[in-house]
Amino acid sequence: MIKQGILFLLPLIWIVIKIVIVLVPLLVAVAYLTLAERRVIGAIQVRIGPNRVGLWGFGQPIADAVKLFFKESISPTAASRKLFIFAPVISLAPALAAWAAIPFQSGWVLANINAGVLYILAMTSLGVYGILISGWASNSKYAFFGAMRSAAQVISYEIAMGFALVGVLMAAGSANFTQIVLHQHGGFWHWYWLPLLPLFVVYWISGIAETNRLPFDMAEGESEIVAGFHVEYSGMGFALFFLAEYANMILISALAALLFLGGWLSPFEGIPGLAFLFAWVPGIIWFVIKISMFLFLLIWIRATLPRYRYDQIMRLGWKVLIPVTLVWIVLLSIAILTHLPPWFN
Amino acid sequence: MPDLRNYTLNFGPQHPAAHGVLRLVLEMDGEVIVRADPHVGLLHRATEKLAETKPFNQSIGYMDRLDYVSMMCNEHGYVLAIEKLLGVTPPVRAQYIRVMFDEITRILNHLLWLGAHALDIGAMTVFLYAFREREMLMDCYEAVSGARLHATYYRPGGVYRDLPDSMPQYQASPWRSAADVAKQNADRQGSLLDFIEAFTDTFPQKVDEYETLLTDNRIWKQRTVDIGIVSPERAKALGFSGPMLRGSGVLWDLRKHQPYEVYDKLDFDIPLGKNGDCYDRYLVRVEEMRQSNRIVKQCIDWLRKHPGEVMLSQHKITPPTRAEMKGDMESLIHHFKLFTEGYTVPVGQVYAAVEHPKGEFGVYLISDGANKPYRLKIRPPGFSHLAALDEMCRGHMLADVVAILSSQDIVFGEIDR
Repeated sequence: MIKQGILFLLPLIWIVIKIVIVLVPLLVAVAYLTLAERRVIGAIQVRIGPNRVGLWGFGQPIADAVKLFFKESISPTAASRKLFIFAPVISLAPALAAWAAIPFQSGWVLANINAGVLYILAMTSLGVYGILISGWASNSKYAFFGAMRSAAQVISYEIAMGFALVGVLMAAGSANFTQIVLHQHGGFWHWYWLPLLPLFVVYWISGIAETNRLPFDMAEGESEIVAGFHVEYSGMGFALFFLAEYANMILISALAALLFLGGWLSPFEGIPGLAFLFAWVPGIIWFVIKISMFLFLLIWIRATLPRYRYDQIMRLGWKVLIPVTLVWIVLLSIAILTHLPPWFN
Repeated sequence: MPDLRNYTLNFGPQHPAAHGVLRLVLEMDGEVIVRADPHVGLLHRATEKLAETKPFNQSIGYMDRLDYVSMMCNEHGYVLAIEKLLGVTPPVRAQYIRVMFDEITRILNHLLWLGAHALDIGAMTVFLYAFREREMLMDCYEAVSGARLHATYYRPGGVYRDLPDSMPQYQASPWRSAADVAKQNADRQGSLLDFIEAFTDTFPQKVDEYETLLTDNRIWKQRTVDIGIVSPERAKALGFSGPMLRGSGVLWDLRKHQPYEVYDKLDFDIPLGKNGDCYDRYLVRVEEMRQSNRIVKQCIDWLRKHPGEVMLSQHKITPPTRAEMKGDMESLIHHFKLFTEGYTVPVGQVYAAVEHPKGEFGVYLISDGANKPYRLKIRPPGFSHLAALDEMCRGHMLADVVAILSSQDIVFGEIDR
């Protein structure tokens, strides 16, 4: 009986260990992404950025975390208390849970499920409930505006993003991330960014919109609706929303790398000399480099562009992005049917 | 069917885009503005009343605090009114210095406006770029008056003192190496005029930088073109002035049409808008910065060639030098009288106006012959602009209110007074 119990428990413990192995580096990455963002934006804006806590400011994220942790969590008297506390959790949980299906290297994946893409799409859609609930539970007009805007935005951009992913599914013939990456084997020019270029762009734009980043950050809209959905949050509640946003940023970048830039594959594959020279580099390094590239792009965009207005975002989503994906999916299916080399032969 | 009520949103007084302490009650239908009701008075400091209780010169410092981003221009309006009452004209060198600092102030004001406007629309980098240049101009203020913001530099009869021959230097510190400091001090080796000239030489390229980020940016255009349109007729009827009026295409600039000081001897153009939307107002202000730069350059040339007095030596209204006071009884008495009871002005009323960066800044002064004004009325440009907010915002969305409000270049110091 006890032996059976242990046999039953062992895989469970193993899963928990794997989750910790994925989540701890992820949370550290989130913490240091905030620092990276501040330093990079600082450099873009000809200033220094935080460099006082620890060596080169490396203690800053820890100091921030400690500060937020010890701050009082104020909940407004008119707020619906249970939902108010629950909302940041709903926001963060899917952002972390989505990582279960992300492969870091061939075989390095928590759950190698065949419907990986669908699972990710489901998880990223769930995140908006956190925003909606927080906006509703705060019982504040500004928060309510943020929630409403966010709901409209996510619905429209889910569709564009979904279509972009459909293109990838068609090209790879699988919804399993490992399969999708392996299908892109053969070097830089074999990755899907080239045959699926419009879908790649649409995916990236809707990815920025999904994470509520500038120029699509009207759910927060700092100068219009102050901080939007999380205006009433302080302390840990605020920190959780923050973590969720940054975890989502990394997730979107990881997905972009997996789906369009060949995940952990080396960019030098197929180039005679270089391929051999870089053969020793483990795949995960390439994966991390690609993710960092996209994260830098996110930060760069944030520092450069003004914010769209609510109706303009809707127009962009429905009238530009969705038609582009629809057209390209048709073209793509023709390319697949005719076995267009080098991608679909 | 239940009654539908509009959504009322309290925008401010504590709101990042309220530009100070505007309380804006918005009546909204979804995100669309049905009515915008600006409430003023939260920064009321009774400047006009306070001015009635003290000698003329002691109120100059209050003028700085009206529109606290274009300090010297406020002083100019007030000082001009006193000079009109007294019937005196300052030395030409003082007039050039005033014009130069008015234009420096205009650049200061427009830089802050540009940064804040861009920040409100979401482009945050321009803000930091604008502040990089503002820092230089603040140093000019500091070099000439000792204060970076509230200068109190203009006086009836001239300016407080002549331009300094040297600039203060940065010192090396644990945070800044000697090489960094040397770089920062590169432009500070000569006089203030050299420093300003170095600034004017590089400033047009800096404006190009801001324009690269904004002018042809699609998102920027989507957010500003056709937002808050004011027709030329309405702009005049609503009492607009300055860039708000010129943005609507009305050619009216006090510097050209009622020249004061030496503006008639200087060469500059007046930019005009076409549609009267936020984008045109943006373009007008950016071009005004370039034109101000031109004016400053001309003033520098003139000032280099013409040293001389910067203050009248009528010691009934202007103080004698310290050196004179030490040896001359008469001067000591003048000094004492001036700094205790001030000077008296003839009975009468005057209105003096300057082309302030935000529009027409007017000072209406009634004197009963005493050493303080009987009544001082300030005509702030921002007040009538703010009054038009309702008309400009109707039918636009919440995000546009922010764009329109910041395109008006509102500062509450002058509106509430």
